[in-house]
Amino acid sequence: MSMDATMSPTAAEAANATEAGARALTADGDPIKMRGDKVCVFYGDKQALFDIDLDIRERQVTALIGPSGCGKSTFLRCLNRMNDTIDICRVAGDITLDGMDIYDPSIDVVELRARVGMVFQKPNPFPKSIYENVAYGPRIHGLSRSKAELDDIVASSLQKAGLYEEVKDRLDAPGTGLSGGQQQRLCIARAIAVSPEVILMDEPCSALDPIATAKVEELIDELRENYTIVIVTHSMQQAARVSQRTAFFHLGILVEEGPTQDMFTNPRDRRTQDYITGRFG
Amino acid sequence: MPQHTVTSYDDELKGLASRVAEMGGLAETMVNDSVSALVRKDSEQAQKIVQTDKRLDQLQHELEETAVLIIARRQPVAQDLRDIVAAMRISSDLERVGDLAKNIAKRVIAIDNSFNSKRFALGVEHMAELAQQQLKSVLDAYAERDAEAAETVREQDDEIDAIYTSIFRELLTYMMEDPRQISICAHLLFCAKNIERIGDHATNIAENVTYMVTGSQPQDERPKVDETGFVESGNA
Repeated sequence: MSMDATMSPTAAEAANATEAGARALTADGDPIKMRGDKVCVFYGDKQALFDIDLDIRERQVTALIGPSGCGKSTFLRCLNRMNDTIDICRVAGDITLDGMDIYDPSIDVVELRARVGMVFQKPNPFPKSIYENVAYGPRIHGLSRSKAELDDIVASSLQKAGLYEEVKDRLDAPGTGLSGGQQQRLCIARAIAVSPEVILMDEPCSALDPIATAKVEELIDELRENYTIVIVTHSMQQAARVSQRTAFFHLGILVEEGPTQDMFTNPRDRRTQDYITGRFG
Repeated sequence: MPQHTVTSYDDELKGLASRVAEMGGLAETMVNDSVSALVRKDSEQAQKIVQTDKRLDQLQHELEETAVLIIARRQPVAQDLRDIVAAMRISSDLERVGDLAKNIAKRVIAIDNSFNSKRFALGVEHMAELAQQQLKSVLDAYAERDAEAAETVREQDDEIDAIYTSIFRELLTYMMEDPRQISICAHLLFCAKNIERIGDHATNIAENVTYMVTGSQPQDERPKVDETGFVESGNA
C-alpha cells in the first residue's frame, strides 16, 4: 500500500513532464507551436538566413517584416518545407512543429503541408469551380467519407473565410471568375479546408484593394481563435494592425522580435526603428 | 538619427518641433511679463499679455492641425509617433501656461491700486522665478531631447509647492490683520495658485519629454508637498 502511495505521484509527475515537453512554453508562458532553432538557409553558395531563433506562438498572429531580400519569405517557406521545391536551396538548423522536427527524413511532406497551410501573394485559385477549389484538398487527404460530409467541409470552410454568403448561389462557377479579394479569401478557404494548425501567409493583401484588404485582415483576426498564423507583409501598418508578435528581419538576420505594440511604439533596436519609420538608406 | 527616405516628412516633423519651441518662448515671456506687471502694477503691460495669449492659442491650433495631418498622411510609428504625440501634449500644456499667465495679467488690471502691493507680492515673485526656471529648463530638455534633465525638472516641482504653502499662510495672516487687505490678498493668492499650476504644467511637459525620448512614462509617483489643505486659519 505504502509503495503505491509513493509510486503514483511519481507516475503523475512523469506524465506531466511528457505533456510539458510536448507543449513547450515561451519564457512568458505562451505555448509554442513552431520553433526555429539556429536556422540557416543557403541558395547554392549564398547564405540567405543566419542562425534564426524564432518561436511561433500558438493561436497568435506573428508578422515577419523587413526590406525586400531580408529573408522573411525564405524563413516562412521553411516552415512547411516549400523551399524543398528549389533545387539549390539547403536548410540547416532545426525547425519543429509541436516539438517534432519537420526536416526529419521520416516526415511525410504532404501531411506536413496539410498541417501547415499556405496562402500566397497572388490569389491562385485552381481553374475549377469554387466548390472544387475548396473540396480538392479534403478529397485527396481523404478527410470526408461521403458527398454530404464534403459539402459540409466546403460550406464551413467558405464560411470561416467569410466568403460563403457571397458565393453560396454559384458554387459551380469558376473560382477564377471571382474578384481579387474574393479569390484570396477562396484561397484561404482552400487552406482551411484541410484543417491545418498553422497558416502561413506570404503578403496575402499586396494584390488587393483597401476594402478587400480590410476583409482579409478581419478574417485573420477571426482565424486567430483556431489557427496559428504567420504572415509576411510589406505593410508596416498591416503588421501593426493584425499581429500580436512582430519579427524584424534584415540582411538574413533576425534583428528583433517582440510584442507588436512595443515594436511599433518603442522598438529596442535602432535598425528596426529606422526601417519602420521609413529611414532606411 | 538618419533622414527619412521621404525628406518632406523630416521637414514636417522639424516644423512641429520648432512650433513647440516658438510656443514655449511665448509662454515663457508671458509668465515673465505677467509677474513683472504684477510687481510693478503695470496694467499697460498686462493688457499686452492678454493680446499675446491670442497668438499662443492660434499657434496651438496650427500645431494640432499639422500634427493631425502628419498622422493621417504618414501613419507615424515608433520615435516619430512619440515625437508627434509629445508635441501635441506639450503644446496643450503651454497653451494652459499662457492662460494662467493671462489670468495673472487680468488680476493686475483688477487689483485695487490704493494698497502697496509690493510687500505682499514679494513671495509670489520669488515663486514665479522658480516656476520660470522650471519652464525654461523643461523647454531646453525638450529641445535637447534630454530625459535626465526632464527628470530633474520633475523632481524640483516640490520646491514650488512648498513655497506655495508658505505664501498661503502668509497671505492668510495679512487678511486676518486687516480686512481691507482681503481683496488684494485674495487676488495674490490666485496668482500664487496660477504659478503653482504653471509649475505643474512644467512637470507634465517633463513627463512628456521622458516619454518622447525613452518610450515610457515615469513610473514613480511625484512627491506632493501642497499642504494648503491642512493649513488651519488658527495656526496661520
